[in-house]
Amino acid sequence: MNGSAQPIDFESRVEELKKERGDHVSIAEVAEVVESIMATIEGDVTGLDLRVYKELDSIAHYIQAAKSEIVELCPDDIREQHLPAASDEFDAIVKATEEATGNILDAAEKIDNEGNRLGLKEISDQVIRIFEACSFQDITGQRISKVVGTLKHIEERVDRLVHAFGAQMQGKKMRQEQSESATEDWEKSLLSSPQLPTEANKQAEIDALLASFD
Amino acid sequence: MAVDKSMPILIVDDYKTMLRIIRNLLGQLELNNVEEATDGASALEKMRNTDFGLVISDWNMEPMTGLQLLREVRGDDKLKNTPFIMITAESKTENVIAAKEAGVSNYIVKPFNAETLRSKLVSVLGDF
Repeated sequence: MNGSAQPIDFESRVEELKKERGDHVSIAEVAEVVESIMATIEGDVTGLDLRVYKELDSIAHYIQAAKSEIVELCPDDIREQHLPAASDEFDAIVKATEEATGNILDAAEKIDNEGNRLGLKEISDQVIRIFEACSFQDITGQRISKVVGTLKHIEERVDRLVHAFGAQMQGKKMRQEQSESATEDWEKSLLSSPQLPTEANKQAEIDALLASFD
Repeated sequence: MAVDKSMPILIVDDYKTMLRIIRNLLGQLELNNVEEATDGASALEKMRNTDFGLVISDWNMEPMTGLQLLREVRGDDKLKNTPFIMITAESKTENVIAAKEAGVSNYIVKPFNAETLRSKLVSVLGDF
C-alpha cells in the first residue's frame, strides 16, 4: 500500500461526492467514505499508513459520536413542534398586547375628554403619561419580531440538520414515541396553557361543558 | 412667528396603536388637524393631494421604509421643503446619520414622551 495515497483518496472521494451532491453532502455519506477507505487498508503498512489509519479511525469515531449526540437532541421535533409553537405564542403575545393597549387607550381618551370638559389639568397630565406608556406595545412588537426572525433562522439550520441525518432521525423519533407511556403524554398535554386564542375555549363554552355534567 | 395650529399634519406608522398615541399627544398640544397613513406609498399619495405642514414618520415599515419615504419626499420638487420628523426605535448612530444625510428635520427615538415630542416640534416649526 502506498502510505501517502490514502489522504489523497479520501479528498478525491469527498470531491466526487460534492460534484454529485453539491454542498449538501450528508455526514452519513462522509462517514461512509471514511469507513470504506479504512476497509481498504490491509496487508503490510508503513508508519505513515498507521498514522493515517489512526487519523481516519479517529475521524470516523468523532463523526459517529457527533451523529449520536445530534440525534439525541431530536432536531426533527424541534423543527416540527417546538419552533412553530414558539412562533405562534409570540404572535399571540403581540395580538393580546395590541388589544389590551387599544382598550387602555379607549379608556384614557374618555378620561381625557371628561378632564377637559371639567377643566382638570391634573387629569390631562396623567392621561398624557398613559399615552406615553402605551407606546411599549410598539417596542415590544418590534422586539418580538426580531426574536421570531431568529427562530426562523434556527428553523432553517435545523432543517438542514434533519435533511443530513434523514432516516436516523425517524428511527430516534419512533423509539422515543414508544418509550413514553400514554399516561405521561396525557398529563403533559394538560400543562400547555395559555392556549392560543384560536384553540382556547371561551368561558361560556366551559360553563356549558361543566353544566353538561349536572 | 407662531405656528399655525390648524396646519395639516401627516403621521405615518404601520402600528395603528402608535398612530393613535401620536395623534393623542399632538392633540394635547392643540394640533388636531392630523391625517394618518399606515405605509410609505399611501403617505406619498396623501402628500401629493394635501399640502402638509409637517410629516411625522416611523422608520421601520414595509415595503417602503421611513428612510425611503424621506428620500422620495426630498427628491420631489413639490414636497421637498416639508418638515419631516422621524420617530423610530432605531437609535444607532449610523441610522441617525443616514436620516440626516437624507434630509430629516429631526429625529425622535422610541419610547418617547410628550415633552420630547413638543421640544422637537418647537425645534422644527418654532414656538407655539
